[in-house]
Amino acid sequence: MLRAKNRTGLVFFPAFDWAISPTHPEREERLLYTQDQVFEEGLLDIEGIIEYKPDLVTKKDVQRVHFCVPDLWAVMTESHFISAGGAKTIAMAVMDKQVERGFALVRPPGHHANRVVHGARGFCNVNIEAIMIEYIRKAYGVNRVAIVDTDCHHGDGTQDIYWHDPDTLFISIHQDGRTLYPGSGFLSELGGPNAVGSTINIPLPPNTSGEGILHAIREVVLPILKEFQPDIVVNSAGQDNHYSDPITNMNFSAQGYAELTTLLKPDIAVLEGGYAIEGALPYVNAGIILAMAGMDYSHLQEPDFDPVKIRQSAEVSRWVHKICDKVLENWHQRRHLADVCRGDYQLMNRDRDIYYDTDNIHEHQQETIRVCDSCGGALRIDSAARGMKHILAVHIPRNVCESCRKQGYLWYDSADTTRYDKVYLQDRCGDVITEKSQAN
Amino acid sequence: MIIGLDVGGTHTDVVLLGKEGLLRQIKVRTNSSDLFATVLAGLEKITEGIDPARISRAVLSTTLTTNRIVQGRIPEVGMIVSAGPGMDPELFRTGEHYYTVIGAIDHRGREIAPIDAGRVLKVADSLKKNGIRYVGVVSKFSVRNPAHEVAIGDLLGDRFEKVFLGHRIAGKLNFPRRIATTFLNASVYPVHKDFFEAVVNSLAKKGLRMPIRILKPDGGNMRFDASIDHPAQTILSGPAASVMGSVAFAPKDEACLVLDVGGTTTDMAVLVNGAPLLDPMGISIGEHQTLIRSLATVSIGVGGDSAVRVVDGKIHIGPDRLGMAMAYGGPVPTPTDAIFLLGIGHGGDPEKAREAIQSVAEALGTNLQDAARRIFEQACRTILDEAGSMVDRINAKPVYTVHELWEGHRLQPRQILVLGGPAPWFAKGLERLSESRVTVVPRWTVANAIGAGLARTTCEVTFFADTERKIATAPEENFTTVIPSTYTKEDAINATLDLLRRKAIGRGANPEHLELEVLEAMSFNMVRGFHTTGRNIRVTAQVKPGLIHGYDPIAEKILDSSFP
Repeated sequence: MLRAKNRTGLVFFPAFDWAISPTHPEREERLLYTQDQVFEEGLLDIEGIIEYKPDLVTKKDVQRVHFCVPDLWAVMTESHFISAGGAKTIAMAVMDKQVERGFALVRPPGHHANRVVHGARGFCNVNIEAIMIEYIRKAYGVNRVAIVDTDCHHGDGTQDIYWHDPDTLFISIHQDGRTLYPGSGFLSELGGPNAVGSTINIPLPPNTSGEGILHAIREVVLPILKEFQPDIVVNSAGQDNHYSDPITNMNFSAQGYAELTTLLKPDIAVLEGGYAIEGALPYVNAGIILAMAGMDYSHLQEPDFDPVKIRQSAEVSRWVHKICDKVLENWHQRRHLADVCRGDYQLMNRDRDIYYDTDNIHEHQQETIRVCDSCGGALRIDSAARGMKHILAVHIPRNVCESCRKQGYLWYDSADTTRYDKVYLQDRCGDVITEKSQAN
Repeated sequence: MIIGLDVGGTHTDVVLLGKEGLLRQIKVRTNSSDLFATVLAGLEKITEGIDPARISRAVLSTTLTTNRIVQGRIPEVGMIVSAGPGMDPELFRTGEHYYTVIGAIDHRGREIAPIDAGRVLKVADSLKKNGIRYVGVVSKFSVRNPAHEVAIGDLLGDRFEKVFLGHRIAGKLNFPRRIATTFLNASVYPVHKDFFEAVVNSLAKKGLRMPIRILKPDGGNMRFDASIDHPAQTILSGPAASVMGSVAFAPKDEACLVLDVGGTTTDMAVLVNGAPLLDPMGISIGEHQTLIRSLATVSIGVGGDSAVRVVDGKIHIGPDRLGMAMAYGGPVPTPTDAIFLLGIGHGGDPEKAREAIQSVAEALGTNLQDAARRIFEQACRTILDEAGSMVDRINAKPVYTVHELWEGHRLQPRQILVLGGPAPWFAKGLERLSESRVTVVPRWTVANAIGAGLARTTCEVTFFADTERKIATAPEENFTTVIPSTYTKEDAINATLDLLRRKAIGRGANPEHLELEVLEAMSFNMVRGFHTTGRNIRVTAQVKPGLIHGYDPIAEKILDSSFP
């Protein structure tokens, strides 16, 4: 009987009865051929690959991360409880040491979901990785977490949630935002004033192939991870860098994904995007599973794989190298950059317009963070969705200092409920989730 | 009248069933080196003085092929495998004569790379040169498109005695298991064929012409002639016989556990609303994981004759059996000795039983009664714990739709049916230690043979339609047809049930009383760009395991006469 080198947990939840709409890329059919390939290859029979049934996340698991507007039931479907639950199940199996690593092969995805949720953007309603990470922080006392987002689209939702958190390193490798949704994830996006350098963006030019992506992993991601010393590494394993993906322009392959996984050695991988459901996903997912399990994947390749056709040009290579050098330079100068960013401010503001492409919602946010040397800082978000709700949300981080805690409660207690549809408090330190409105 | 025959490790149970109920029951010693003689003796003895014309069927559950596989006493067979991209096919090597050839088919059944006829012919030459007579041919995704297996089969022509094609063996997706299953079929083909031809011929010579059927591990039977193409479906049918023997006495509206307590082992299974649960993939035998349909059963090394030892002040029961209970002259203490000492059961030499428990009591530093009670309780508790784990594993089985996960109810059996030699004794202990109702299956010592006799013919059909490619196929049934783009899930279900009906009748089912069941029917819109280009439809249907129509009167009669 075949044995996996690394005991690997797998949650496979293809949600065969759930779609955003019948012809939407995020539809029933998406993981059908992946299932066929995984079954036919007999991957679930391998000793040491253990399939788990996903648990559901609880309301509190979601509220630990998100401010759901108008409420949780409006933004969560049954399927979201399961896909976030699948990620949580895998994380628990890893934390309980039932397995060495785990892969949540679930849908719908989550990495475009911000802290404040008015609806769906980029096919995502809630951030399944963040829900998972904050759960294991609460349940297992994990502190330092690194998220490496290898989806072709910038993981703007995850970036938003961890923007101010110095204990979470968020690295996103993606196709340059000037050429692809969501149009963000540039070099200059380095994290909030209390967490400069803990957000890292590696925007790559269109037509980057395995050579460029693996260069970024080897030369940038791995050295930074080594320095950051995370307790766990999470891979947001989007599969839309594939050369056959219909909505992106990159040239990655199944072999490349398997090698990326081998290099990165994530403790937990969570599926994100990837819409070449026939030509890529079956082979990429099989490759990731074999790589996680430490097994041979050298015979795995797409039927139409042609290395010559997808080789990157010299110009792309030069561009990739330049970007990578710049990312490393920023990383090494992060303390200096933080000083420059903070100046003498005690409170800093950010003003943003956020568009929800899936649900066509226009949100305007004014964010205020307390500049702090000892914690992530108290955070206040005033968020209004055009023609919809206007809310105020206060977030008090896990390792909060006393001054920031007081600031957070001051914001919440003094909020005028006549001005907002709802006022939310998320006190991660005191484990308090509460809200108030004029009605009550 | 129906004959049920179940070959066990030490005894072979044979029953004769009629409209009047259980007419005869006998036990003959199993001669494991000559199962032919054992079966023949059983059949002859049970039919003494009976007009053979009145026997409508004899259903056999034998250990013939199982023993051969477990002991490795199988001939060299050849395997020709075409894999294409994916796992290295070398990983699934079955033996010396295992050849991989070029050729690949993808998940939708499209050809990626053609097979190389020249290479296949060379492989055939070297198989022939090595004296190989039985060959298995398997290609990846052959259940989506069997073209490569068929082409390789054609190239082999009639140069070999028997060629098994993977897609005809099982309909499920699982390439490594398809290889293993095809290999096992080729391996046990000659011994199975010889054995049953010998049985039929010998019976005929004695004037005992009767239709012979074979019990399968899924708790169903098939006609002997149908089994020639699926000889591996005769393995591990023993536990299925016992489970089927308890079906008539199971509640029809809830789940229950079946425990077959034997001398060496206890086999466990779950019945839901009177129907046994099937293993989702297939049976495992030794190192081989297969696609052979089977009941979900678990076997543990605790039985009435399990060896009892005291190690570091703790009682250990089994997993081995060194002989009978000491009360019957065996070498070591057993739970049966404890049962006799406690007065729960009576048999053998009470002095010997006392002697057995005395040694345990001394090692534990306690009195006789306490030692016996602890042995018996531990045996019962181990069985209950393992049964609990089995139910947990069934409940942990992943599902793939929101609906199933959200609606999925947990299995919570509240009744236990016990059968096997020491059933009434163990039932007393199980009753005390569990919250479930515990019932002893009537005629518990031969319920397995009754189960074999009364099991219905079962089978399964896996159907696949792709309206974009305009094909529908059920390769296992040798069925492929062109379909219009308007083909629907309902059309697919109808076609599947039609194939299933024909298959069941061909394997020996009663056409008047077919219980067909759709296990899975899913239709996916295939969208390319922003347009629906077709539907991808998957249907699985089965004749679920159960008892033959009209069994109720027989079962009731058995129940009436069960407690003398």
